[in-house]
Amino acid sequence: MSDNGQNITVHLKIWRQKNRKDDGRFEDYTLNDVSQDMSFLEMLDVLNNKLVRDGKDPVAFDHDCREGICGMCSLMINGQAHGPMRATTTCQLHMRSFNDNETIVIEPWRAQAFPVIKDLMTDRSSFDKIISSGGFVSVNVGNAQDANTLPIKKENADLAMDAAACIGCGACVASCPNASAMLFASAKISQLALLPQGQVEAKERAAEMVKTMDEEGFGNCTNHAECEASCPKEINLSNIARMNREFFKSKLTSK
Amino acid sequence: MAFKLDSKIPEGPIQEKWDNHKFKCKLVNPANKRKYSVIVVGTGLAGASAASSLAELGYNVKSFCIQDSPRRAHSIAAQGGINAAKNYPNDGDSIWRLFYDTVKGGDYRAREANVYRLAQVANNIIDQATAQGVPFARDYGGYLANRSFGGAQVSRTFYAKGQTGQQLLLGAYQSMMRQVGKNNIQLYTRREILDIVVIDGRARGVIVRDIVTGDIERHVADSVILASGGYGNVFYLSTNAMASNVGAAWKAYKKGAGFANPCFTQIHPTCIPVSGDHQSKLTLMSESLRNDGRVWVPKDKDDKRHPNDIPEDERDYYLERIYPSFGNLVPRDVASRNAKNQVDEGKGVGHTGIAVYLDFSAAIKRDGKEVIAAKYGNLFDMYQRITDESPYEQPMKIYPAVHYTMGGLWVDYNLESTIPGLHVLGEANFSDHGANRLGASALMQGLADGYFVIPYTLGHYFGTNDITKVDTTHPEFQKCEDEAKAKLNKFLEINGTRTSDDFHKALGKIMWEYVGMARNEAGLKTAISEIQKLRKEFWQDLKVTGTNEGVNTELEKAGRVADFLELGELMARDALERPESCGGHFREESQTEENEAKRDDENYAHSAVWEFTGLDQTPNRHKEELTFENVPLTQRSYK
Repeated sequence: MSDNGQNITVHLKIWRQKNRKDDGRFEDYTLNDVSQDMSFLEMLDVLNNKLVRDGKDPVAFDHDCREGICGMCSLMINGQAHGPMRATTTCQLHMRSFNDNETIVIEPWRAQAFPVIKDLMTDRSSFDKIISSGGFVSVNVGNAQDANTLPIKKENADLAMDAAACIGCGACVASCPNASAMLFASAKISQLALLPQGQVEAKERAAEMVKTMDEEGFGNCTNHAECEASCPKEINLSNIARMNREFFKSKLTSK
Repeated sequence: MAFKLDSKIPEGPIQEKWDNHKFKCKLVNPANKRKYSVIVVGTGLAGASAASSLAELGYNVKSFCIQDSPRRAHSIAAQGGINAAKNYPNDGDSIWRLFYDTVKGGDYRAREANVYRLAQVANNIIDQATAQGVPFARDYGGYLANRSFGGAQVSRTFYAKGQTGQQLLLGAYQSMMRQVGKNNIQLYTRREILDIVVIDGRARGVIVRDIVTGDIERHVADSVILASGGYGNVFYLSTNAMASNVGAAWKAYKKGAGFANPCFTQIHPTCIPVSGDHQSKLTLMSESLRNDGRVWVPKDKDDKRHPNDIPEDERDYYLERIYPSFGNLVPRDVASRNAKNQVDEGKGVGHTGIAVYLDFSAAIKRDGKEVIAAKYGNLFDMYQRITDESPYEQPMKIYPAVHYTMGGLWVDYNLESTIPGLHVLGEANFSDHGANRLGASALMQGLADGYFVIPYTLGHYFGTNDITKVDTTHPEFQKCEDEAKAKLNKFLEINGTRTSDDFHKALGKIMWEYVGMARNEAGLKTAISEIQKLRKEFWQDLKVTGTNEGVNTELEKAGRVADFLELGELMARDALERPESCGGHFREESQTEENEAKRDDENYAHSAVWEFTGLDQTPNRHKEELTFENVPLTQRSYK
């Protein structure tokens, strides 16, 4: 649509793995006439349609909204989570980011807590478990008072929104050498700690979510900051500092 | 086996109907609630809010979603905001005005009582979401901010940057996950509904496919709630997510649930235009952009200059010209149709000629780039990522795209379908938006249904019906499972030459051409015969690779396309049988001298409710007459 797009040839090295138990391996594919106006996933659609027509098994990958907000798409592209564009999910990445005849290596998220289901699909349900252990405000329907009863400093509301922008895709985990989920957990802990509604349970929330994170097999943070660099929603590392403060409060102050 | 459509609208003045009804609703005492179980299909705003509030009350909830996590349901993509009549800006809003605007915006094809209730509970949604920690935008005093939206002259829309749907969904999701943690909700992800199980005339369960293992599962409950979203993907290209489908609702239709106004489709005016054949979906740009963006095309149809080189007096700001009082903020159907008119006149822009400009230069000049970036920065960035063009430097190119379906399963005031025990919530039902939904009203309706309506009406269902004990060994479960499996095997056995995507694209072309923004009798008849032909080819020439076991995305797609191939015909039939124009349904034969939609209230002030009569049989059309006691029927005018 930019009227600038050209057609290019790409060589794909894609991770194929039948199921959780299979060892997995890379397979090579070449695609010609790829419009640079295509999104990365549309390029994979073209490959899959070709595979199906040839009677072969298409490449399984997770995707849904294709507008960068549901967090379902993933993919390590040339070693970078969601590929080369900063602040961009794989579904929003376009082929104009690649050159003619380029080789593109495509892998699933790799982390102990995200086992591969098939090919490029992984199981990220451990994120749901982290949320269910404390990533909420305990307010039943019917309890709420008028929304304007508690004014909230705009600065805090904005910081809470920035943290809340997390889409739960798992790029932070996949990029971290320790496969740590600290950026993910801290975004929720921060969002709620910054708001008066979330303050009541702030200490318990931090303690429970950190505990679940450990139980699910995520590693610890050793300040590589790869998570922040790969985050498609630019969730800030300072959230981890805020989480640590909440966590220490929960450990150092008595009930 | 004609069904009876009893809307069960409560007696009394409209302001008192819901309160009276709540008082008359039977209650289930707290100790007994845990004896009841309910299946909730879908985890968008309607499904997640229903699951969490029912679990909070003590019911046993089983929740199903097709994605890997309930947080990914497509409500997450709603950008602009959520309406409520808080009147915080002191600009004349009220419950009555929100009700009035919604009935009028829907072009008088919605049920007044339902819409009034929606306007009544909308304020509670804002309170509930704020209490959950939803970070709505605030002003410097710390109070909630509002913006205006199409179809309204007050500022009543609450928002969280351009990610309001995401934040409201995460609020509902977190409430739901809290109940999952307490074991009050059993969560089933990556499951697709293959059938609805009806026993002794009541909805009692579902047959699902685990899309990771391929296993077919049976789930039983005392009641089933469908919150499975809309069916815009029948057009292949839409703003819906890739997995959005009509499966659960369609299976319910085939089991006896009436399908109401299937042809009522919303074409959203501001989407990024199609760029080529590879396109897999369309991306919406929030309607809120029309607050500051001005829509225009070149006055001269052969003007191929760069938009920045076209001087002011050679641009036609057609919405401002035709609708001086609403200008760029006319309702969605009006804005979409006008864009189409410009393109049909040959004034479309861009390399395809199928787009119009949405220009922010005046707003940037007036407010400065920073202010505009704070409001729309994320949308501008998204636009640039997709098109490689910056809306700060040149106008956006936009064009209408299928976005929302107002039609859906018919429900009464209790949100119960024509199958007892089957309740339908959110976009999956037909109830509140009539023939056109106003912006920022979908989030409101989904959450109203889930948080504030179903907790009362489901209790009433349990309290007034004797629900016998059944389990998954019941022969009806066996029958439904066998049929579902046979269908999957059939897909695999055809071994033809065309993929599900090929058929889906072909169907989408027929739908867009004949059942899209403008419809006429000849076109709709063509659509019906072409869809029938395509459906035949599908069952003879489909190619699905792989097997029943494990992940098989081609098999999943085949099932969804099979449903769409049946639904598409029903939509065309519904459009054909409604020769009037109303809201998003524009019949070329019925327009005013000014080319606006011309309703025929004398003959068509009703909802059309379709009854399934068998495969390849013509379905029966029933009517629910609509009466307007509170909002006088007028020709909509936004001039």
